Amino acid sequence: MTQSPTLETTEGGRTAEAGAAPAGGAPVIRTQGLTKRFGGGQLAVDGLDLTVPRGSVFGFLGPNGSGKTTTIRMLMGLIAPTSGVATVLGESMPQATSLVLPRVGALIEGPALYGYLSGRDNLARFDAADPTADPRTRKARVGAALERVGLSAAAGKKARAYSLGMKQRLGLAAALLQPRELLVLDEPTNGLDPQGMREIRALVREVAAEGTTVFLSSHLLDEIEQVCTHAAVMSKGRLLVQGTVAELAARAQGRLVVRTPAVAKAAEVLREHGVTDVRPAEGRVDGALEAAGDELLPGLCAALVAAGVPVHGFGVERGTLEDAFVALTGEGFDVAG
Amino acid sequence: MSQVEAVGPSRPQTVAAGPRRGTPAGFLALFLSELGLTFRRMRTIALLGVLALVPILIGVVVKIETGDTNGRGGGPAFIAQVTQNGVFLAFTALVVSLPVFLPMTVGVVAGDSVAGEATSGTLRYLLVAPAGRTRLLAAKFAAAMAFCVAATLAVALSALLIGSILFPLGQVTLLSGDTISLGSALLRVVLICAVVALSLAGLVAIGLFVSTLTGSGIAAMATTVGLVIIVQVLDSFPQLHAVQPWLFTHHWLSFADLLRKPMYWDQVWQNLGLQALYVAVFGSAAWARFTSRDITA
Ligand SMILES: Nc1ncnc2c1ncn2[C@@H]1O[C@H](COP(=O)(O)OP(=O)(O)OP(=O)(O)O)[C@@H](O)[C@H]1O
Ligand SMILES: [Mg+2]
Repeated sequence: MTQSPTLETTEGGRTAEAGAAPAGGAPVIRTQGLTKRFGGGQLAVDGLDLTVPRGSVFGFLGPNGSGKTTTIRMLMGLIAPTSGVATVLGESMPQATSLVLPRVGALIEGPALYGYLSGRDNLARFDAADPTADPRTRKARVGAALERVGLSAAAGKKARAYSLGMKQRLGLAAALLQPRELLVLDEPTNGLDPQGMREIRALVREVAAEGTTVFLSSHLLDEIEQVCTHAAVMSKGRLLVQGTVAELAARAQGRLVVRTPAVAKAAEVLREHGVTDVRPAEGRVDGALEAAGDELLPGLCAALVAAGVPVHGFGVERGTLEDAFVALTGEGFDVAG
Repeated sequence: MSQVEAVGPSRPQTVAAGPRRGTPAGFLALFLSELGLTFRRMRTIALLGVLALVPILIGVVVKIETGDTNGRGGGPAFIAQVTQNGVFLAFTALVVSLPVFLPMTVGVVAGDSVAGEATSGTLRYLLVAPAGRTRLLAAKFAAAMAFCVAATLAVALSALLIGSILFPLGQVTLLSGDTISLGSALLRVVLICAVVALSLAGLVAIGLFVSTLTGSGIAAMATTVGLVIIVQVLDSFPQLHAVQPWLFTHHWLSFADLLRKPMYWDQVWQNLGLQALYVAVFGSAAWARFTSRDITA
């Protein structure tokens, strides 16, 4: 497996500000050897070294059970790490919760609300829990947060009568009650319709544009590609890779695709010309292009034609994050950890 | 598809960095919010309603049993007094509710306080707000104590109301035989309500502790109410004579000593001291448990 040199990997040691870290400065989140073993002996997070640059929109990827939520709970001081350290906004957690958390908005493992309170009263309740929140501005801030997530019209309704998407929005509103330096969102688009998902993504971009660092966990690769500047991939409690999304996607190198009925012949020619990982399929052959692939293309095409292969299509398909993920884990995405 | 819509590095930094200061008003907000939450719940209103029914039932039964107000009922001292003075219904109702009804409702409120939030998941959002674990526990304790006061008042006020309707009012003859004016009798109702509410403090601390042990509100409520019943049963075995003075229910009915002239405070102080001891022990246990616990709900 090839590794791009600027990419930070678990094996390759730490390169703090990967690529084009926007604002620079100290990382907003940094963990070193963060480990959580649950009571039953379950190792949920295993030696995690994570660096989230300030100003980034950081995608935290991983299949179900890979330890994303557990990591977020440790970062928010809800559970104590078995070993290792977690630093959030320059302070170590869980010791500095009272200093750090007023500057952090969080949505963890779905929204949780008081069903017998209205949406507005739910927000007032969570706001009252923050000792740094000014009670005099509460009403205005609650109103603004509701407005922001598009819930103003339903604000007076009891939360138990909310749909899943409305609850999710209200949870987001709670995270946005104050200007935050860091927004931690654990699968924020769960249960939302496509329109709702688009709105949340727009909201994330908007919040990021205000200078808030966003840490977004998801198992929707699309989502990460669309909104994130950086990403990390978890699997079975371990960090597989982290870096900018561009680097990660580049890691899944474009694959050369030849469409032809003469699959066997084409595969043979490609192998002869240095294309690796050649995979013949129904009516097409694809293979990996190594670093200097682009210059080889005209020659390859000519060689195929010269060998009498009827070429119906010839081109390079760009890599996606999903390809990168598959390349990393050697397996499909939604495999339980 | 694989396009990265990265926001450029030139984004404006409008979010102020650095720690924010807490204010006293902000600190107290959680306590007020907790009170509001407790008393706006239908469940709380229903519990208070049930408690208010107790004196009504007693009043009606006594009225029917004794027929006319001048009949010398042969029942317990309290019941006999009720027929002569409506104010005594308040004392009677408190004596009847304190062993069972009051602790049951308090067990529900205190037992559910933390565990209920864990069940609904709101606990994690309170803690990341951040409520602060110690502050949240203190707010929960304060709200549960406020409920004790409200519950006691629900019994006493309902009793005074129904007592004044069904029975004559006027000078009150105390258990010691002395007579005091209606005004001083009402003052004693207030004093006794305060003592009764404080008598429940030990139970509140126990309920809070149980509540930090589990993620299930129902389990915590059932355990706390169950504990009250077990302790009451233990308190009735003569064989357990040696430990009984240490049971939190043991001195509960000592408030009757305040219905004498002069008032006997010995037992009352013993009761309040024991409650303080329970609050200290179980409060510390709840704190130790809650501040070190993993919140996985
Ligand atoms: N309270 C707990 N006790 C024991 N094991 C737990 C507990 N919570 C989580 N785990 C285990 O830890 C592992 C990681 O769980 P976690 O919830 O962090 O995964 P996740 O990446 O958030 O998954 P998902 O995408 O499904 O939300 C899982 O194997 C899970 O079974
Ligand atoms: Mg999760």
